[in-house]
Amino acid sequence: MAAQFHLEFEKPVVELEKKVDELNALAKNGLDISSDISALEARVEEMRNNIFSNLTRWQTAQVARHVNRPFTLDYIRLIFSEFVELHGDRNFGDDHAIVGGPARFEGKPVMVIGHQKGRDTKEKVYRNFGMPNPEGYRKALRLMKMAEQFGLPVITFVDTPGAYPGIGAEERGQAEAIARNLREMAALRTPIIVCVTGEGGSGGALAIAVGNRILMLEHSIYAVISPEGCAAILWSDGTKGEQAAEALKPTAKDIIRLGVIDEIIKEPPGGAHRNHQVTAIALKEAISRNLDELEKLSADELVEDRYRKFRAMTRCVE
Amino acid sequence: MSWFTKEKAGIEKSDSKKSKVPEGMWVKCPGCSGTILSLDIEANQNVCPKCGHHFRIDAVKRLKNLLDEGSWKEFDSGMTSVDFLEFKDAKSYQDRINAAVAKGGSKDAVICVEGAIEGTRVQVSVFDFSFMGGSMGSVVGEKITRSIERGITLKQPVIIISASGGARMQESILSLMQMAKTSAALAKLKEAGVPFISVLTDPTTGGVTASFAMLGDINIAEPKALIGFAGPRVIEQTIRQKLPEGFQRAEYLLDHGMVDIIIPRIEMRQKLSSILGMLRKTDF
Ligand SMILES: [Zn+2]
Repeated sequence: MAAQFHLEFEKPVVELEKKVDELNALAKNGLDISSDISALEARVEEMRNNIFSNLTRWQTAQVARHVNRPFTLDYIRLIFSEFVELHGDRNFGDDHAIVGGPARFEGKPVMVIGHQKGRDTKEKVYRNFGMPNPEGYRKALRLMKMAEQFGLPVITFVDTPGAYPGIGAEERGQAEAIARNLREMAALRTPIIVCVTGEGGSGGALAIAVGNRILMLEHSIYAVISPEGCAAILWSDGTKGEQAAEALKPTAKDIIRLGVIDEIIKEPPGGAHRNHQVTAIALKEAISRNLDELEKLSADELVEDRYRKFRAMTRCVE
Repeated sequence: MSWFTKEKAGIEKSDSKKSKVPEGMWVKCPGCSGTILSLDIEANQNVCPKCGHHFRIDAVKRLKNLLDEGSWKEFDSGMTSVDFLEFKDAKSYQDRINAAVAKGGSKDAVICVEGAIEGTRVQVSVFDFSFMGGSMGSVVGEKITRSIERGITLKQPVIIISASGGARMQESILSLMQMAKTSAALAKLKEAGVPFISVLTDPTTGGVTASFAMLGDINIAEPKALIGFAGPRVIEQTIRQKLPEGFQRAEYLLDHGMVDIIIPRIEMRQKLSSILGMLRKTDF
């Protein structure tokens, strides 16, 4: 893992943790300060819980984008076995911002697909900051169709700032690629479980997120536009992200009230980036439970279940 | 029909707004720089009679040009948006809704009707770009989904004429979900073997392009219409270079294989009728 990066509001906790480390070093040298250490550790925990249970929406967005947060390939390594990454859309190229392929989940073959971000500068560029081009969505669709053909459930991991806004993306039909995925996922005759693990950025996220079950990590976000993008348009000021985040209400707690997601997956103290293993275990448990339920449904029932789910997402008056 | 007179009053009101053909007797055409009598443009479906420049056109006026006289009835005209997130920037969403409704015309950004084109019964949705930039929230998504579902039940072709800046920010995640909802309905329409024709007009971008507008069995564009996923300004800021001439215009999309055909507004009714006639399954 790359060096730990700390968000501004994490710093008080980090300072205290350093003190605990110092005390531990002293204790090693024979000083009897174990009661001081445990008192300080208790304070660290209290402070951390306090901060993370009262995150503002803007702070949540920072956690959702944390560079040390687990990414799709981390979850694949921690949750699945025998993952075989498959590449390319059979048409134009291979998009490194989306990864996917068959793997085993608790021994059963499934198809895993997810956005992939990079941690260091070189990998960030290689992954295009997790922003797919049309060929990424077309690769994802190819793998989903393969899953349907062989009766594999599809499990997706959503973590993107959005679909890439570039000349090539427009030329090759970014809008068409996303739109087609929405329609084809709706009709896919196999279970689909979606895990929103970081940033659910608009259509670029939704293009792999039309599922029977939608799980969302506690400190993830999911919205129609990024807070900065929204601020640039409505406030004419891209630095007003904090206000825009409050207005967009993109957190798991906000969204579950609207019936858009099914379940919030609790993160370890201090956020998923503090403990990948514990995060993965919680997510795995939820995937397993939901998959068991979905596997009882026929292909027709799965498609109908998905249709009813999205059909109900409406708030208006007549 | 009481509905018709109400809508007619709406047309007069919104026709006097500058968003379509500018006010006044004479209009400078951005296409040919000619000075044209505004009445001549209006009489020509808001297309410049000299150079063919397509001005934006009122949704009801478009329906009148497209459908057989007296053949249509509107659905869900009373459906209105709710500010369920209590979204506020400079203005609250509720104030924006109220202001848009008060302009007259429609209660949200799309009008959905059943009507006939040269005798063929069709479900038609037309966007009203003057209503919050034709943006799609719950109401637009719901009305369009119902229109598609009527198409499935009645085996009537579905036509959507888009003009939209995309998903409506003020409904955040639920606006996004309208993309999935409408596209899921189109999956059912396809399964039922009923044609869907998407007509993309100036401008169609964002979440509308990235859902139903690109999913036509046939995608039709009006000449020079701006059509894209990301807005040109966003792309320019991301890649930090000037965009090529004609980028994201209808002709560019045709060149890149994204739309089937460009049809001038004047020919739209006749061409649609012809296409619908040929896409009809005999067991309908
Ligand atoms: Zn002209």
